Amino acid sequence: MVLKITLKLFAGLSEYLPDGAHQNAVEVVLDREQSISQVIEQFKVPAEKAHLVLVNGVYCAPSDRDQNKLKEGDILAIWPPVAGG
Amino acid sequence: MSWSEKILRVDLGAGTCTSEPLNMEWAQDYMGQRGLATKYLVEETDPNVDPFSPDNKMIIATGPLTGTIAPTSGRWSVVCKSPLTGAIACSNSGGFFGGELKNAGWDMIIFEGKSDTPVYLDITNDKAELKDASDLWGKSVWETETTLRERRGDNDVRVASIGLAGENGVLYAAVVNDMDRAAGRSGVGAVMGSKNLKAMVVRGTVGVKVKDPMAMMKTSNTAKEILAENAITGEGLPTHGTQVLMNVINELGALPTRNGHDVQFEGAHDISAEAMAEPRESDGEANLVSNAACFNCPISCQRRSKIDPSHFTVKDKPEYQMVSGGLEYEAAWALGAACGVKDLDAVTYANFVCNEQGLDPITLGSTLGAAMDLYAAGAITSDDTGGHELTFGNTEVFVAMVDATAKGEGFGKELGQGSKRLCAKYGHPEFSMTVKGQEFPAYDPRAIQGMGLGYATSNRGACHLRAYTVSSEVLGIGGKTDPLVTEGKAGLVKAFQDLTAAVDSSGTCVFTTFALTGDDIAPMIDAACEGDWGVERLNEVGERIWNMERQYNIAAGFTGADDTLPERMLKDIAKTGSAKGSVNRLDEMLPEYYQVRGWDESGVPTQDTLSRLSL
Repeated sequence: MVLKITLKLFAGLSEYLPDGAHQNAVEVVLDREQSISQVIEQFKVPAEKAHLVLVNGVYCAPSDRDQNKLKEGDILAIWPPVAGG
Repeated sequence: MSWSEKILRVDLGAGTCTSEPLNMEWAQDYMGQRGLATKYLVEETDPNVDPFSPDNKMIIATGPLTGTIAPTSGRWSVVCKSPLTGAIACSNSGGFFGGELKNAGWDMIIFEGKSDTPVYLDITNDKAELKDASDLWGKSVWETETTLRERRGDNDVRVASIGLAGENGVLYAAVVNDMDRAAGRSGVGAVMGSKNLKAMVVRGTVGVKVKDPMAMMKTSNTAKEILAENAITGEGLPTHGTQVLMNVINELGALPTRNGHDVQFEGAHDISAEAMAEPRESDGEANLVSNAACFNCPISCQRRSKIDPSHFTVKDKPEYQMVSGGLEYEAAWALGAACGVKDLDAVTYANFVCNEQGLDPITLGSTLGAAMDLYAAGAITSDDTGGHELTFGNTEVFVAMVDATAKGEGFGKELGQGSKRLCAKYGHPEFSMTVKGQEFPAYDPRAIQGMGLGYATSNRGACHLRAYTVSSEVLGIGGKTDPLVTEGKAGLVKAFQDLTAAVDSSGTCVFTTFALTGDDIAPMIDAACEGDWGVERLNEVGERIWNMERQYNIAAGFTGADDTLPERMLKDIAKTGSAKGSVNRLDEMLPEYYQVRGWDESGVPTQDTLSRLSL
């Protein structure tokens, strides 16, 4: 099952974006249903740097990333540890 | 020790500067800076005083750790009654001015009365005198600081001053030090202007003595190591600054956009940290030039920026073509998303103007957003705005209005009164995104429930820095909580409020708490100061300060009815994002908050609570 998602990698993770990314986002095609952890691994994002993970803006806890599967059209956004004020 | 145990009292009416001992009993109960200065204000002024009356005092305060080797020890505060809110004002700044003042041997300066003519305060260690500032009146912060530095012939002097906004009584005027660090919120600069006080210049070589120097070195080094090794304080903030949050909060759907009509901004990326670091198409240079640090800060979160010299905002203004204080998240949000503006250099220009003339960018941006809302509703027209089409996202008009507000010209005079007064005047008070008259910052309470409670109960009016629950609700620092859930938020907000009040009273930066806990901070205070300082005591001092501020506000006429949010946050649902369909459910949190605070049902601290806190 082929499905398309949008992958967004921000801050220090932008170097892991594949070619063709615009404004830290790129549409990627997954050749099968994959978990969030699998996508993180596929794009060689170091797991320890994938601190804040949002799927369609909703937080995904580290403990849920192995079992949570991505769906067609999902937006997966990932940050290293960041903060502001 | 660590306190200099000395206050400089400046009677602006009489033109005198007098040294007096610091009340060390109060110092043990309120520590310093925010807490101790507020204690002095409470004891010495009437909470019902007109903020612009000579009877309103303005207190410049350092904390016990200010100027020491403790990391981030450059913090200082301005405390007075706010002309924007009528509530307690405590505005905190960094840079180098605070450390210099402490090293000159002063814990605090209490300004009272009003000078007949413009003056500035000149301090070199224990010598302090008021000098004529007639030639500086009408000058910007940048001109004033440069002039005073040249006049002293000493590049090591530090200056804090007001620009045109403070002179003109803009209700959200800031006190700016070191060119672009600011005590920005609640209009403390307008109080300074009302006293005809243009600037403070200080040189300090006395130093700061600590109780146990060896323990101070050890505890400070430990804290510095933790800050350096932490991914946020050691890498994230130095590299990306606070602006890294722009895309985070937008993705979440918590970015108040176009005066709170939306929670996501299509131009967020254009004004983000990532965009600041990208080369511009126009000149191939990036907006971001470098980071920078305040006194003794290993985090270095400041941004230094340069606008494309050919950009319409600066092409005929060489004075804005240099490298200067760049965008922090709050300024970028207020001057960008809140107004629907996505031109990064235009937003940077507006921020430069805020530094140059001493304006709070949060309230300025939010007020402009409210004015655009009034314009969209037909409540104001181009007849009111001097012919300008004040529509959301109109960058040229946005810039013109920023300039007009800074100079006090035309419609800018009305914008200078803040959104509460502006929206009330034009018949739409509900358009003002304020709590207790102060504009709320860059986190939409519909998508981050705890921040809503934090805004509603903040003693200085809406503020993110009084209880930064974003750390927990969004960023997962120290344990993740669900931003859409109200359960448990009362206790979370109280915990943040109390610890923050203590940190704000210590002389260090609240950003350390992204990496340090009370267990790391308390040993530094204990090494520096007389008395036994542990985590429990820090929290107790913080809670005492919070309740003291609350009591001040109650005496000034505020009630539980003021612990609320703009109607838009309580009734209009978020249209998109993770909180789509939600409003802020303040009513589910506020009663529990009063309970955990030990306040009665109307939000008044009970006698038991006041006794427990020795208030």
